[in-house]
Amino acid sequence: MNDTNSLSRSGAGCAERAASRIVVLGVGNLLMQDEGVGIHAVQRLRSRVQLPEEIELIDGGTSGFDLLPLLENGGQLIVIDALRCGHAPGSVVTLKDEEVPAFFRTKLSPHQVGLSDLLAMLSFKGTTPASVTLVGVVPSEMSCGMELSPVVSRSMDHLLATVIDELARLGVRCETRH
Amino acid sequence: MSQRITIDPITRIEGHLRIDLEVDNGRVARSWSSGQMWRGIEKIVQGRDPRDAWAIVQRICGVCTTVHAIASVRAVENALELDVPVNAQYIRNMILCAHTLHDHVVHFYQLSALDWVDVVSAAKADPLKSARLGESISEWDGNSLAAVEATQQKLKNFLASGQLGIFSNGYWGHPAMKLPPEVNLLAVHHYLQALEAQRWANKIVATLGSKTPHIQNLAVGGVSNAIATDSEGVLTIERLEQVKEYMDRLYSFVFNCYFVDVAVIAGSYADWFSIGAGVNDFLSSPDLPTDASGTAFMTPGGYTPGGDHGAFRPMRSFGDSLLADNVAEAVKHSWYTYKHGDKPLRPWNGETTPHYTDFEDEGKYSWVKSPTFMGKPAQVGPVAAVHAGLAGGHGPTAKYTQSMLSRVRSLTGHEIAPAQLNSTMGRHAARAIRACVAYEALKTNWQMLMDNIGRGDKETFNEPEFPAGESQGVGQVEAPRGLLSHWVVIDNQRIKNYQAVVPSTWLSAPRNSNDEPSSYEVALNGSAVADPARPLEPLRTIHSFDPCLACAVHLTDIRMQKTIEVAAL
Repeated sequence: MNDTNSLSRSGAGCAERAASRIVVLGVGNLLMQDEGVGIHAVQRLRSRVQLPEEIELIDGGTSGFDLLPLLENGGQLIVIDALRCGHAPGSVVTLKDEEVPAFFRTKLSPHQVGLSDLLAMLSFKGTTPASVTLVGVVPSEMSCGMELSPVVSRSMDHLLATVIDELARLGVRCETRH
Repeated sequence: MSQRITIDPITRIEGHLRIDLEVDNGRVARSWSSGQMWRGIEKIVQGRDPRDAWAIVQRICGVCTTVHAIASVRAVENALELDVPVNAQYIRNMILCAHTLHDHVVHFYQLSALDWVDVVSAAKADPLKSARLGESISEWDGNSLAAVEATQQKLKNFLASGQLGIFSNGYWGHPAMKLPPEVNLLAVHHYLQALEAQRWANKIVATLGSKTPHIQNLAVGGVSNAIATDSEGVLTIERLEQVKEYMDRLYSFVFNCYFVDVAVIAGSYADWFSIGAGVNDFLSSPDLPTDASGTAFMTPGGYTPGGDHGAFRPMRSFGDSLLADNVAEAVKHSWYTYKHGDKPLRPWNGETTPHYTDFEDEGKYSWVKSPTFMGKPAQVGPVAAVHAGLAGGHGPTAKYTQSMLSRVRSLTGHEIAPAQLNSTMGRHAARAIRACVAYEALKTNWQMLMDNIGRGDKETFNEPEFPAGESQGVGQVEAPRGLLSHWVVIDNQRIKNYQAVVPSTWLSAPRNSNDEPSSYEVALNGSAVADPARPLEPLRTIHSFDPCLACAVHLTDIRMQKTIEVAAL
């Protein structure tokens, strides 16, 4: 597990790794404040950033099996989610590949059942994504409500920048909308 | 010796459920079903435009998005006494049928099969025996030797990778696992094929609903799909033909693979038709309306007390007073408090004020409220729907029930009565019966829609009009997990109160105000537990209800802990 603050991300040398298909999947419950941060992030990426066509930006809600076709064709997968890991609320945390299912196994995320089971099934089937990156934010408030907490709201720009850095690492340049 | 087993969370379900069992001499003496998350959806929609509620409440749960959306528009339509064009009814019906097929297939293979199928044993099977067995029991064309061998190789690779642990709570080698290796392998083979089949059901929902996981096409008063025979971006004949293609691909899997597999597993574990009976009074909703006002239905629903078909009381319309007047929710054993004492409240007057006390064996122990019908618990779900179908003279339900029970009889030599559908295995059988009913209805609705368009009727939407002052409505759906009802009170075009009474609430509820248990607790009491550290038998019973607690409640506390704890008492 790495705190993204301590990592420098650059797109250099990554172009050859650009896959034909990249899925950016926000998951979470929009009705439970910070629990829905992944969905808020997807909505903001959609309105603020001009993404190339090969990137699919998906609001996955709290779905399970409905997401299967999106995860299955061997592309690169970036998941945005709320997660708890002992860091302070609002921290942005990045996990990679085998850390992701391992992380879900310890059941710190509210929708671990869906995603960890899906990744397990895909691994059984032999059709796992080429890479899985989880970009998470530590939640502060998870009561009933459609607004993010002030703490997590303040982390939103950092979260989006982290996702855009991840895309750059996969060889994708994103233009900000004006 | 007495022991207390706590299973928290129950895995391979949606949401967070805790089960406590007091085990005496290898049998469950007492049980507690506890939803570990808090619910408060009505606070979010209060004050909003009722036409917007469906898009918000479909976020209650990621698995049941569609049925929450449909229940919500039906609730508002009921309050406004608003008709829905028949084309819109057909489109909604097809979405509901495809969603039901998706749910039942996934529930059987991905969420329950591992309770009955030993994956490790499958790796040791002779693939030729499996393939021959497959060809002998059904016309499913996916059982060739090459295909079965490929599955076994995938399984061996998977086992060699050491990742088996991710199928958490798989009790490989448990004494209650009874299938021979070749049946285990065939089941694992179909487990992988089910992952394909569920996509076709999902594509039907996505094509009609414009998008999944959250459909976009609903509206209070109909659907927003404009029907056209040519232009793009609307529901064209071409898209409907595509839906037909997915339906055709789904057909063989549902009838020749899923239905047959359930019969085979049921025949191999026939003693489970006598284990795990829930509450014996059944409640379901009529559904798949074929007229504008919601009074003519393709599938019957109503109240079947004692499972007695002679005593069946049908609901004859959406919002039938039989439903509207007889549902109440108790909180005596739930972590809520009502303003005026413990008297159960009708959902339109429902209150959701949390009052957490800690887990009290004799007091409050769940975030789930306890719904009652005529003051008593009721079992909702596929068994309730099958009983209503049999009692209401529904042809397809009778046909597929008979087909399922005669298959099981031919495998075991024992007669299984419809009353035994109220059991752990019976719920799987009832779901397979309901899947065939849903498939037939899906096909019929598709044809009715095409015929109606052919006659020149392209209406899909009636503009809602809001009366001055207050009105209230109930929206009911026979969802995959059973009766789902949304209750709305509208005041001057704004939502004044909103409550969702979901299927898993009826089933997983704590005891009610008369201390009567609901189905999970009834079904667990008396269950055998051969090995307290590996309580496979209670898990089989709980999984057979297809628990989905994500909507009943929401998450407040995330803890790292062991899934199963055993304490001596």
